[in-house]
Amino acid sequence: MNPISRLGEISIKIALHLGRTFFMVKNVLFWLFHSKLEKNEIFKQTVRIGVDSLGVTTLTSLFTGMVLALQSGYTSKNLFNEPLYVGTVVGFSLVKELAPVLTAIVVSGRAGSSVTAEIGTMAVTEQIDALYTLGTNPSTYLLIPRYFAFIIALPILTVFANIVGIFGGFLVSSIKLSIPSSVYFDDILQFMEVKNFMHGFIKTFFFAFTIATVSCYKGLYTEGGAEGVGRATTNSVVLSMILILAIDYFVSSFLVLIGIT
Amino acid sequence: MIEVKNLTKIYDSKKVLNDISVDIENGEIFTIMGPSGTGKSTFIKSVIRLIEPESGSIIVDGKDILKAKSEFEIQNVRKNFGYLFQEGALFDSLNVWENVTFGLKYLTDIPKEKYIRIAKDKLKLVGLENIEYKKINELSGGMKKRVALARAIAHNPKYILYDEPTTGLDPISSDIIINLIKEMAEKLKITSIVVTHDVKLALTISTRIGMLFNGKFIEVNTPEKIKESSIKEVKDFIETSFIESK
Repeated sequence: MNPISRLGEISIKIALHLGRTFFMVKNVLFWLFHSKLEKNEIFKQTVRIGVDSLGVTTLTSLFTGMVLALQSGYTSKNLFNEPLYVGTVVGFSLVKELAPVLTAIVVSGRAGSSVTAEIGTMAVTEQIDALYTLGTNPSTYLLIPRYFAFIIALPILTVFANIVGIFGGFLVSSIKLSIPSSVYFDDILQFMEVKNFMHGFIKTFFFAFTIATVSCYKGLYTEGGAEGVGRATTNSVVLSMILILAIDYFVSSFLVLIGIT
Repeated sequence: MIEVKNLTKIYDSKKVLNDISVDIENGEIFTIMGPSGTGKSTFIKSVIRLIEPESGSIIVDGKDILKAKSEFEIQNVRKNFGYLFQEGALFDSLNVWENVTFGLKYLTDIPKEKYIRIAKDKLKLVGLENIEYKKINELSGGMKKRVALARAIAHNPKYILYDEPTTGLDPISSDIIINLIKEMAEKLKITSIVVTHDVKLALTISTRIGMLFNGKFIEVNTPEKIKESSIKEVKDFIETSFIESK
């Protein structure tokens, strides 16, 4: 195949995926206002996504906080002969950037993949068609509860990751760097404002929407039996991670622009 | 009554259904028989709008369902149908009775308190008892098919569509399903459309058989006349099936 044909084929594929994604999101919004919410499903999915991701989120943020304290502490010790502003560095890095992004990546790997695998299995075993024949549709029964679940669970997990990460930083500060706890927490509270917290918190909603869209879309359009489910799951995680990092930049830029720094 | 007129479905520029027409009378068991890939499943999926045909009309009780525009109108049409999927398509995350009554919430106004009673009744009708609380993965292939059948009839549909109902089943389970299809039609007065490549099933249960070949009905007749058909493709298909089963 010549390069121009190849380019044309890729362009058509991208347009097809974007078009299908648009219609999926449009259907989700339509049924959100035209059908009864599946409250039990929303609760079940929120608990599942939250609980599934809690352990990994805890470990990720704990060690991130610890390594941030270690690196910033020893760097300032080398430069200024004492560990300065460790709490500030740990707090700001976590709250504005690392906790939201890392939590989103962990959730996309842990819960996003399981959503794709579940919906994908349903697609290849005609369970999605069965939903239509039984008077409902995938948007109402599968997608809306999962959108809600990600949008509820991810911000909560991020707040939790902030707390655990700051605690991890505190452990290293006090044990390895001998910084008094009052100094560590003063460093955070003295400079941290609500808008700094909001900067990270607002981003979690964009990440949650992205993970839900990618994982549901990849599941819904799975083809090719068990092998297809495996492929869809991998693609879902990889695409979510890339989009999270890209969206992080653009949303951060926008938030800075409107003064939420 | 279901009247299918000039139905055409195209996949990748190939006409899977090529301008086909057929009338299915009330109370009838109409079987669509033919080799794999001839458009049998496409036909019944079109009847319930799981697939959108390119052209033609499907008139159910005087209403052309292909003219239903909104999702609500299509859902209204689907209320009249039960559908037995090839692999059952039961929801793994739910137990047996939740599966059987799943559609009641959306298709009927029956209060939730009555669901378990309905599940028990429908399961009894397909010969299953005391399995209401079992998980789907605890059931055998034949039991799954019967639970799926109980789910298909839970809302008392007027029509049932069976997609390869005996595929993948052992001979005993297969016979049970064959008898159930006949019983459903007789006891519940349900009109049935069965899609299969199982000649034994088609000849045993059908009031009429439509032989689908390359997207067209090459013969629509009673089982007795189909057995004696002079059309080469029909004769070959029946003979090959009998040789394979021996």
